Amino acid sequence: MPERLVPLVAQLASSKFGQGLPPGAWALDDHGQPMALPFFSTPVRAGFPSPAEDHQEDRLDLNSHLVRHPEATYYLRAKGNSMTGAGIQDGDLLMVDRAIEAKPGMIVVAAVDNEFTVKVLEATSDGLCLAPANPDFPKIILKDAQELTLWGVVINVIHPVLPRG
Amino acid sequence: MNTRVVALVDCNNFYASCERVFNPALRGKPLVVLSNNDGCVVARSQEAKALGIKMAQPWFQCQHLVKPHGLIAMSSNYALYADMSRRVMSILAGFTPDQEVYSIDESFLAFTDKPGANHQQLGLKIREKVLNWTGLPVCVGFAPTKTLAKLANHWAKTRIEFSGACDYAALPADQRLALLKATPVNEVWGVGRRLTEKLVEMGIHSVADLQAADPAWLGRRFSVVLERTVEELRGVSCLELEDVAPPKKQIMTSRSFGWPVTELSELREAMAAYTTRAAEKLWAEGQLAGEVHVFIRTSPFKQDAPQYSAALRLRLPEPTDDTLRLVKASRFLLRQLYRPGFEYQKAGILLSELQPATLRQGQLFDTTDTSRRDKLMTVMDRLNREMGRDTLFLAGSGIDRAWRMRQGNRSPRYTTHWAEIPVAVA
Repeated sequence: MPERLVPLVAQLASSKFGQGLPPGAWALDDHGQPMALPFFSTPVRAGFPSPAEDHQEDRLDLNSHLVRHPEATYYLRAKGNSMTGAGIQDGDLLMVDRAIEAKPGMIVVAAVDNEFTVKVLEATSDGLCLAPANPDFPKIILKDAQELTLWGVVINVIHPVLPRG
Repeated sequence: MNTRVVALVDCNNFYASCERVFNPALRGKPLVVLSNNDGCVVARSQEAKALGIKMAQPWFQCQHLVKPHGLIAMSSNYALYADMSRRVMSILAGFTPDQEVYSIDESFLAFTDKPGANHQQLGLKIREKVLNWTGLPVCVGFAPTKTLAKLANHWAKTRIEFSGACDYAALPADQRLALLKATPVNEVWGVGRRLTEKLVEMGIHSVADLQAADPAWLGRRFSVVLERTVEELRGVSCLELEDVAPPKKQIMTSRSFGWPVTELSELREAMAAYTTRAAEKLWAEGQLAGEVHVFIRTSPFKQDAPQYSAALRLRLPEPTDDTLRLVKASRFLLRQLYRPGFEYQKAGILLSELQPATLRQGQLFDTTDTSRRDKLMTVMDRLNREMGRDTLFLAGSGIDRAWRMRQGNRSPRYTTHWAEIPVAVA
């Protein structure tokens, strides 16, 4: 502590505020006994500002890069192998945007028979149908009683290449 | 001065609709969402309303509808509803900078009223965008005042001819009068059950009757609130849009137990958990509590069992948001309240005398190290928010939690937990 501050601190410490403080900074009183000192928590700024401060930019952010409509973007998990030809493997993460109007050729999530399915939307002479991207799987052509509800358009697939763990 | 038009956007059957967005199997079926602990109905699909199920009806009274009508009951999934609400409110904010989020599923919007503007068209556009982006149906009511916008919203929701959007000012005079006459006075915003009874005694049955009454006289007879309501019904705007919800005056956390609780030790664990939850809310609001109230009671539905219900209040030496201190206080009160020999069904804590944390009396030489304690509580609060509830909790909350509430049929948290996102068959 700078010497010129000692009288001030001593005066503060001997006032009623100086009582019952936790141990921490301490000094000796007039009788050579340790006494509590007030602790001020105001931070003191030191050093020069960084010369790079004015050039600081936000780090690249995948969310802002990939998500076009945050309020309309949802994530679903693909399960199965019917879309491997379109780069969607079993277990991949699908980024689905409900704000985009589904058009033939797009990969969509649709509700069929009470479950979600991911397929390529195709236009046929009879209307829309859902086509797999794997020759081992059949097209979903809707029968009379079946109802097709388009749920959203897949805009990205996230496929991990390094196994977890 | 530009005149202003107010819109009220309200999600239809919000909780039930949220469940349906992510579970196509629920579409077109009678569906109810149950309160915490699966006690009573808090949301109903249109099909469930058609079965005669009432709001807040205890679930055990509806169970007989499961077999014959295929009624489905879901436990409430607040993580999902909160996220879907956030999406809806954010989409609505895109239509105007002047927004008041009124509740989890309602928002007021204000627009400058341009001559010849077609508000019904705008309402349909809002409806379409929210439906496309979230899968949630909404209704929109436009009017010169908030109270009338609420009314127009009610008509948009209940009358199919409006297709979900109704502009009060654009209604032809005869149609408007017919609607006002056909709508009972209790549909008016702020007119509750008891007030309705008194108004009906005076011969005021419909909204048209209330609109025709003398606001000043009603103000003297009842309250200035009712006077304002009548002015608003007459198109005189008295209520402004509030940008920020006013800070809460009280914070309450109470739950029903999964089964009857008899032991003080179990009650104490539950109370510590509720107090922690209440303290989290206090933190989120940036407030300090000056008083702690605690109550416990037996089940009023079990008339044959001995009944007990009691509450106590404690004034804190100084306002605090410190979970540890609040738990101490609630535990003290609980010890005074507890009587053995009863089957307790519900307990709760209420924090009152709230004040902003920034007003905390500065104690320059405070003996407790509040900064360290603040840090501990912040870490606890953040961990619980980010890693899921109860990652970290006070040991007094108990590790077993036998009293934990029943949530038999909660849907996955589709939008807030990676492990629970929906599956699409590929």
